[in-house]
Parts: sequence; C-alpha cells; structure tokens
Amino acid sequence: MSNSPCNGSPSRPNLGQPNEKSHGQPLWLLAELTYKCPLQCPYCSNPLDFSDFGGELSTQQWLDVFQQGRDLGAVQLGFSGGEPLVRQDLIELIGGAHEMGYYTNLITSGVGLNERKMAEFHNAGLDHIQVSFQASDESVNNMLSGSKKAFNQKLKMAREVKAQGYPMVLNFVTHRHNIDRIDRIIELCVELEADYVELATCQYYGWAFENVEQLLPTRSQLERAERITNEYREKLAAAGNPIKLIFVTPDYYEERPKGCMNGWGQVFLTVTPDGKALPCHSARMLPIEFPNVAEMTLQDIWDNSPGFNHFRGDSWMKEPCRSCDEKEKDFGGCHCQAYMLTGDMYNADPVCSKSEHHDLIVNARNAAETVVDDPSQFTFRNERNSKVFAKG
Amino acid sequence: MNDSPQGSVEITLATVPSLNKMFRFQWEKAQDCYVLLYPEGMIQLNGPAGEILSLVNGVRTVSCIIEAIEAKFPDAGSLSADIFEFLNDASAQGWLK
Repeated sequence: MSNSPCNGSPSRPNLGQPNEKSHGQPLWLLAELTYKCPLQCPYCSNPLDFSDFGGELSTQQWLDVFQQGRDLGAVQLGFSGGEPLVRQDLIELIGGAHEMGYYTNLITSGVGLNERKMAEFHNAGLDHIQVSFQASDESVNNMLSGSKKAFNQKLKMAREVKAQGYPMVLNFVTHRHNIDRIDRIIELCVELEADYVELATCQYYGWAFENVEQLLPTRSQLERAERITNEYREKLAAAGNPIKLIFVTPDYYEERPKGCMNGWGQVFLTVTPDGKALPCHSARMLPIEFPNVAEMTLQDIWDNSPGFNHFRGDSWMKEPCRSCDEKEKDFGGCHCQAYMLTGDMYNADPVCSKSEHHDLIVNARNAAETVVDDPSQFTFRNERNSKVFAKG
Repeated sequence: MNDSPQGSVEITLATVPSLNKMFRFQWEKAQDCYVLLYPEGMIQLNGPAGEILSLVNGVRTVSCIIEAIEAKFPDAGSLSADIFEFLNDASAQGWLK
C-alpha cells in the first residue's frame, strides 16, 4: 500500500514471501501514469525535479507494459501518479488491464472524479478506489493540498465510491499538523464507511524529505495517535464494525530499518510516466541507470537489468550490514534513505541504531520537539517549485 | 488484514456461502494456485482451500459443496469435517458472507 502517490510508504506488502532464488515475480505493478496533479501536497512522493521529465507513455505503450507485467506474474495493478485521472485514456487502460486479469486499483485524490466517470470505470472493470485525504477538516485539508475545493469534493467522491459498491481504502497521510486530530480522522472514515483506513505517517522521500521539519511529529504526538487508534480498534470491533485501521509509523522513530519493498526487485515494479522502470517509486533519485520500458522488455528489465540487480542479494553490503544477523530481515533498509541522508546508497539505512549515521535520525527527532508549526515554511509540490530542483 | 471475526456467518449443511464482495477469487497461473485478491493485496490459497472456494458461488449449499469435493476425491474418504473447518475459518476471516 501503499503505493499512494500522496506519500507512498510501502505499507502493506501483504503479497506472500519472496521465493528462494535471487528474485521473485513482480506481483505488484505500479503505473505512475502522469506527474500532473491538481494538488500541491508538500509530502508528495514524486521526485522534486518531476518537471524535468517530459513526455508520457502512449495508451498502447502502457497496455503493452501491462501485458508484459501480467505475463511475468503481476496480479495487482495500481494506477497512480501524479493524479491518474488527468490521463484522458484512463478508462481504456482500466479496461485493458481488467481483461488481462489484473486486480485494478485507482489511487486518486478524488479531484477530477465524478459519478459518471466512476460508473464507467466500474463497467470497465475497475476493482477498487483509494481516496487520499490531507486532513479531517476543511481548512487544514485545503491548506495542505493547496486547493480550496478539494475537501468537499473528496467527501462527495468517497460517498459515491461506496454508493457504487466499490471496496474503499481511505488514505490519510499524517504528520505534525494533523496527527492530533486522529480521533476526528477515524470518525470521518467510519462515517464514510471505509473498508480499510491507512493512517500513514509521512515517509520522508521526495517533497516530504524537503519538508521534513514541518512534517515530522514528535514522539509523544505519535504515541498518543497510536494509543487512540488502538482504542478505536477495540471500540469498533466490539460494535461489530468491520473497518480495518492500519497505522503506519514513520521509520524515523524506529531503531531498525524497514525491509524496504520486501527487498529490492522482489515483488514491486514501478513504471514512471516517461517509462522508467524502478524497483520502488523513490529509486529514481539514486545514481543508478534504470532501464526504460520503451527500450527493453519488462522480463529483461526484471531479470537482467543492472538497475534491478543492483541491490539483490547481499554482496553489495558494507558493515554494519554485512555481518549483521538481521540482514535477511531488513536487507540493509532503504537505499534511498541512506543516499539522501549520508550521500552513499551502500551505507546502512541510518534509521538503524547500528549505523554510524544514526545521529542524523536522532537529530531530526530532537528537532521535532522544538520546531514551531508554520505552514508558510512548506515547499509545495508544484511545477514552479519543481523547476528550481530540475536540471533542465 | 484478515484477522476480523466480524460479520462471520455460522456454517451449517444448509448454508449457501458466497464470497464477500471485497474479494475476487481467481486462478493464477504464475503462482500455480487459486488466490483471493482484495485492495492492494493477495492471499495465496493452498490446494484444498482453492478447491472448496471454487465451488462457493452463492447458489450451492455446503452439503452440495461437500458432495462435489468427495466425488472429485473418492479415495480421500469423508471430507466434511475438513470442509466445515475451512469454511468456518474462511467465514471468520471475512472472506464469506
């Protein structure tokens, strides 16, 4: 899960275990159809320099990629972005993917959606719609999304998703500006009859890393939110409500790194709007040459490309990972995080207390205790700001 | 994700189970097994589980499902206890309604 474009924690890798050989099948194909988005969330997982990557795959190119993925064993397909609704051919892509046998997931802000489109998508075979929210109340939501109308539109669309009989996942990216309202967030989700709720604390990649100071909650904020979530879980279960609350903690408050993406090139394959194939949606930032689906088959990319083989196995590891008895569990953690924080993607993820750079994480936690909440400090995710980061 | 006992139905011989609409059931060639698909996830089913769920269609009774499975595996003897156990389990997981 999550594969939300709205932040993108690898939240629910509930897709079986990687098998014995060096790599498994790409069970999850995430199609980032476009970098265009009507919102400007300051924690977007898209690359900072997205405006530098022009061009989008054509309808036929996407359908070819889906078929190749299906032939490789992919079964879950996520339509993501940016905002996937921006693509005018979305219905064709849904229909094609459905016929191939995919379980199709639309991961959307809900902005640009309406009753008619939703019904057409259903007829084309769309299985599930995930709607992302920025907050439980209008003013914070709209402040964070950079849109005045977003919140009411999201509410309307969430109600319509259920009315049309889709399963619904609501995704709330939480951070220091909204996490204290977690009770209200959960109540809103109950009212909207969500089947699953992802209370996903920001993962600090892309724009979220740029804005980490204004996003990272304090430890006490986090503990309170988790306690309240647990109380609601008990209360809701006792009332016979089948809603599932999934609480994703930020790894900045862990002492061991996450087993990122269930291992590099093990179950996930992301394709960017311009056709880059990546082992995770953040990997574009790494100094690795990743292949493009316009130039290589997906099978060749998955099995043979240097990009996908880069961090398979453990021969790349340095200390403290190499001799660590937990290396099979977390694979050294997140290479993007190691790269962003230490400048060397071969280092252990600094979330790990065994990392010599762990103080960077501790410092960020300490900073969260003293930083003054000031939304005007946010660098919003938009074309203008992206150009500052872009090379071209 | 599948730890919810809510909404479970009691299974008797006369029950007509159907799949919770949250899930899609299909054969996956690449996995060589039946799977249940749900938002952003997949449950791989073992052989017997797949055989039983493939007969769950909102029309057949449990008694009918048992009969069909026993006819398909005549050397296995009585399978009703195993089938009841699985269906109760599946119901507790929220796979059935």
